[in-house]
Amino acid sequence: MKLPIYLDYNATTPVDPQVVEAMMPFFTESFGNAASRNHAFGWQVERVVEDARESIGSAIGADGKEIVFTSGATESDNLAILGVAEFYQKKGKHIITSPIEHKAVIDPCQALEQRGYEITFLDVDKDGCIDLKQLEESIREDTILVSLMAGNNEIGTLNPLKEIGEITRSKGVIFHTDATQGVGKIPIDVDEMKIDLLSMTAHKMYGPKGVGALYVRRKKPRVRLSPIMFGGGHERGMRSGTLNVTGIVGFAKALELSISEISSEAERLIGLRQRLFERLSAELDYIFLNGHPTQRLPNNLNLSFGYVEGESLMMGVSDLAVSSGSACTSASLEPSYVLRALGVGDDLAHSSIRFGMGRFTKIEEIDYTADKMIVAVKRLREMSPLYEMVKEGVDLSTVEWSSH
Amino acid sequence: MAYSEKVIDHYSEPRNVGSLDKSDNSVGTGLVGAPECGDVMKLQIQVDPETKEIVDAKFKTFGCGSAIASSSLATEWVKGKNIDEAMSIQNTEIVEELSLPPVKIHCSVLAEDAIKAAITDYKSRNQD
Repeated sequence: MKLPIYLDYNATTPVDPQVVEAMMPFFTESFGNAASRNHAFGWQVERVVEDARESIGSAIGADGKEIVFTSGATESDNLAILGVAEFYQKKGKHIITSPIEHKAVIDPCQALEQRGYEITFLDVDKDGCIDLKQLEESIREDTILVSLMAGNNEIGTLNPLKEIGEITRSKGVIFHTDATQGVGKIPIDVDEMKIDLLSMTAHKMYGPKGVGALYVRRKKPRVRLSPIMFGGGHERGMRSGTLNVTGIVGFAKALELSISEISSEAERLIGLRQRLFERLSAELDYIFLNGHPTQRLPNNLNLSFGYVEGESLMMGVSDLAVSSGSACTSASLEPSYVLRALGVGDDLAHSSIRFGMGRFTKIEEIDYTADKMIVAVKRLREMSPLYEMVKEGVDLSTVEWSSH
Repeated sequence: MAYSEKVIDHYSEPRNVGSLDKSDNSVGTGLVGAPECGDVMKLQIQVDPETKEIVDAKFKTFGCGSAIASSSLATEWVKGKNIDEAMSIQNTEIVEELSLPPVKIHCSVLAEDAIKAAITDYKSRNQD
């Protein structure tokens, strides 16, 4: 077994060797610009790009013509939100989203708020689920967009896309989903789920970084966007800039591989996730699952280890690459805004660890991870004044803490 | 974040982890920080009633590696000092010794507060 063990697949994934192989000829041999219409170098890669477009489209039940290539999901989210806001501003300036969306959705919404738009953040329950009734009731005459993610990157909770799509379609509101964590992991069909705009990125599915796409529905209804970048008018004017041909080829190959094993891989990952959770639960008290117990990404396990701080825990398992919602690990020194929105107390947010499993995760690695975690948590609890107090029967909420 | 060697050393082999009997009048207990802030330190000292020398010190800390290291170092430093000397330990000395980066300075402040709280507690129990 090779150390360190990578368990941060919700952050990024290694590029699959088959993807690298598919990309290679487009760096040196077929290096043309897909927009060069007047010679063979251009024609050749244009055809390759169109094939990739078809392949990526079909993976989500869309037509190739509905795929707009971007630099990644952050750009796709920005284009979807800012593009719709600009184009449909005469219809209205109201957007609905949730407080646990990725910052690539929340931040453009907040930027719009500064420009006179109104944003409704739906409530989420303790598992990170929205209330469909509240969504329906929040839609107004002037609502132009609902943006709700497929699966949450921190806590793994899945949104009921089909049910959301039913509501938005019946109300005539555009539905955008940030499916960065969903595409390639869970079945997504834009027609069946009545999705109008969908963001995705290659590097979460064993493709290269720096390439992604926005699906933009072309009919029933046709969705229009104002561009956020200006230039050569590529991608039907929605996204100017020379196409990242190698990236696009890699993206298509990566998605094709993920889709070919989507259900067997999901089953395998759920098995690993359960195994890790059960082994930890058997040995440790005061551990809490963050996110929905079953309606969650197959590869995500987010746990709070009560009375142990997340950064010190990660320090104790230095041969495991995991991430934490602890403030100490963030630039802002605030604990995870996602966990806060769920009503997880700040103390438990500081104690959270996210395990992200993936294609190359083996069962031995899960067992090793469980063993390491158990030792580290027990050691830190020996050192934890909070654990000691709880064990002595002290109710921590009654203690008068000296905050600093 | 990269940790200094001294932080790693104190984190991996913390000195003086444990608890003293807080009902004993020769023991002073300081509990500082708050769980929602991500750091809580409990630092205890045992004082010789005659010489006012700190003869033993123990800590328990909930917090990041730098918080654990700061409190571990604090227990090392207070031992053998009398309570007035210990009262004058500054957080900046802890920062320097452990090479703490700016974002971790609050850990050293908390350790200084913990020392002072423990001494204050001892004094309040032993007012003549």
